[in-house]
Amino acid sequence: MSAINNKDNNIIQPENPAGEVALRCEKLVRHLGEGEARVHVLREVSFSARRGSVTAIVGPSGCGKSTLLYLLGLLDRPEGGEIWIGGRDVAQAGDDERTAIRNEHIGFVFQFHFLLPEFTALENVMLPMNRLGRWPVAKRLDWARHLLDAVGLGKKTHRLATQLSGGEQQRVAIARALANQPSIILADEPTGNLDVKNSAIVFDLLTRLAKENGQAITLVTHNPEIADRCDRVRTMRDGVFVD
Amino acid sequence: MQTNLKIALRFLLAKKRSMLMSLVGIAMGVAFIILTQAITSGFQEFFVRTIIGTDGPMRVEDKMFQNMTPAVGAVDAQGRPVGSVTVESNRKYQEGVAEPRLLGEAIKRFPDVTNVSAVLRGNIGIQSATRGDAGQVFGIELDDHLAVSDLAHQITIGGIDDFRRAPSGVLVGSVLANRLGLRPGDSVLISYAGHSTRYKVSAIYETGIRDIDKVRVFMHMQEARILLNRPYGATYLQVGLRDINKAPEMAEQVSLMTDHVAKSWQEREQIWLAVFQFFRVMAAIIVFTIIVVSGLGMFNTLFMIVMEKTKEIAILRSMGFTRGDIGFVFMMQGMMVLVLGVTIGCALGALATWGVSSLPMPNTGLFAADHIVVAWRALHYLGAASASAIVVLIASLLPARRAAELEPAAIIRGASQ
Repeated sequence: MSAINNKDNNIIQPENPAGEVALRCEKLVRHLGEGEARVHVLREVSFSARRGSVTAIVGPSGCGKSTLLYLLGLLDRPEGGEIWIGGRDVAQAGDDERTAIRNEHIGFVFQFHFLLPEFTALENVMLPMNRLGRWPVAKRLDWARHLLDAVGLGKKTHRLATQLSGGEQQRVAIARALANQPSIILADEPTGNLDVKNSAIVFDLLTRLAKENGQAITLVTHNPEIADRCDRVRTMRDGVFVD
Repeated sequence: MQTNLKIALRFLLAKKRSMLMSLVGIAMGVAFIILTQAITSGFQEFFVRTIIGTDGPMRVEDKMFQNMTPAVGAVDAQGRPVGSVTVESNRKYQEGVAEPRLLGEAIKRFPDVTNVSAVLRGNIGIQSATRGDAGQVFGIELDDHLAVSDLAHQITIGGIDDFRRAPSGVLVGSVLANRLGLRPGDSVLISYAGHSTRYKVSAIYETGIRDIDKVRVFMHMQEARILLNRPYGATYLQVGLRDINKAPEMAEQVSLMTDHVAKSWQEREQIWLAVFQFFRVMAAIIVFTIIVVSGLGMFNTLFMIVMEKTKEIAILRSMGFTRGDIGFVFMMQGMMVLVLGVTIGCALGALATWGVSSLPMPNTGLFAADHIVVAWRALHYLGAASASAIVVLIASLLPARRAAELEPAAIIRGASQ
């Protein structure tokens, strides 16, 4: 499972500046809903994630964990506050800039995998690399194969997403999240849809690969066992961190 | 770009049955537009070719007289004239051409004119051994007329030289000849104003336009002058032109220079040309509805794909695909169907046109041709492709915009709940 650090010339060796703050937010504010149904979801939340470290965000349903994750991942816009990625406040950046940052610096893993069912495992992993176009095609292919090998799917690279089990699909999603060697991995209940055995496999993979590559992992989870195994646990309640 | 095309293709293939219906609709629409335009244009071109080959690209007819009179005189308060304007009070016409030779020589000086033929026309009665009919006699100087018409090529039975050698010979239209049971060598009695003369049929001609072939009888000018009792003058001059498309400008110039009414073939046949134009436009509009219906089907299918693929759109957006990329993916699905539909449609249209062109011509009572006449024009293919492109672009644009505007966070939040 150490293929990711293969010394082969074709394989990209990621930088590993462990300890550096990869992501930081200050006083994020967000409401959801309209009119009477409008809810104050995040109340001036501040947070940071360091490279090589795994942070779990826990809390009851509706406390704002996922909303914070989407804001940190630039999928949503805050009404107030700052989001610092790569030394820049990008909270109010334009759509194109936010999209480019997501492509290059952020990897997502969601509860429901969200693989493209018409594409093979290999093609799914290659999608973010093809969009970024940083490397030649041959190098992208090698890297995608190594990532799939690293998550234990080296022999299923050409299977369609629909021909893989739930656990396998989530492992493809992890490989895809790592494809562009982002500095930040954001995972929204990555094991929430898996059984105990697969949950452990997926979590171990995610944290090990990300740590090896010096990525800052922030995951939202309801699973206390998963949270206990993280480097840091932040608890949210009613839109604020309570620890 | 290549990745977006790949995504578009895979999304499209996931809905291949629905898209196949749109594809078939567009292909059929394109094919039918090409076919109907080929047939209507074919008949129009056949008509124009025949009418120019028979009546020439330009005719010079009646002489015009313009009486210019000082009509309005303005006076001051004391009744003294302060000015006047001259207005054209009336324009008179003298029927026919009084001096065809002189006028013909003048017209031949125009650089675009190839030749001029004087024609003397009169209404006659024609009697064969079995029955009689009404017709029109056209007196011509044969060599002049051959230079401004296709008469030599329109002879179907007999020969033009037989006519040349026979001073009292006539050329009879095929429909009239059939009706009267005439063959070359037969004699006919032609009567005008109570006076009858016997002539010999030298040859039968067929222009292909029944209205002409059922009435016209050509004879030598000298004989026509005697028959019609017109020792001088002509009904009109038939003028040959180097470029038939310049006929309207030439007619205007000749009118101005000669004081005679000059009519281009476009003006002379404007009713027929308008009828052809009407049929072409109507056929195109009717067939275009097939493409519009297919476009609606495609719009529906693309919207369904957008609705079904919201999660995929959200994940593509989360991994760095821009709104432009997403819009492109959905526009490309429409474009793929368009390109395939137009390609198949053009091939089908060409095949159908070829097939129809080898079918025997039905007896319409208007035109006589061996086979259905078609026109092979790149413009028909271009027009059909453009019409389809407009429909497909509109049908794809709204779903593509909708897909591009989807907010990934809202979709992922919804899917996770």
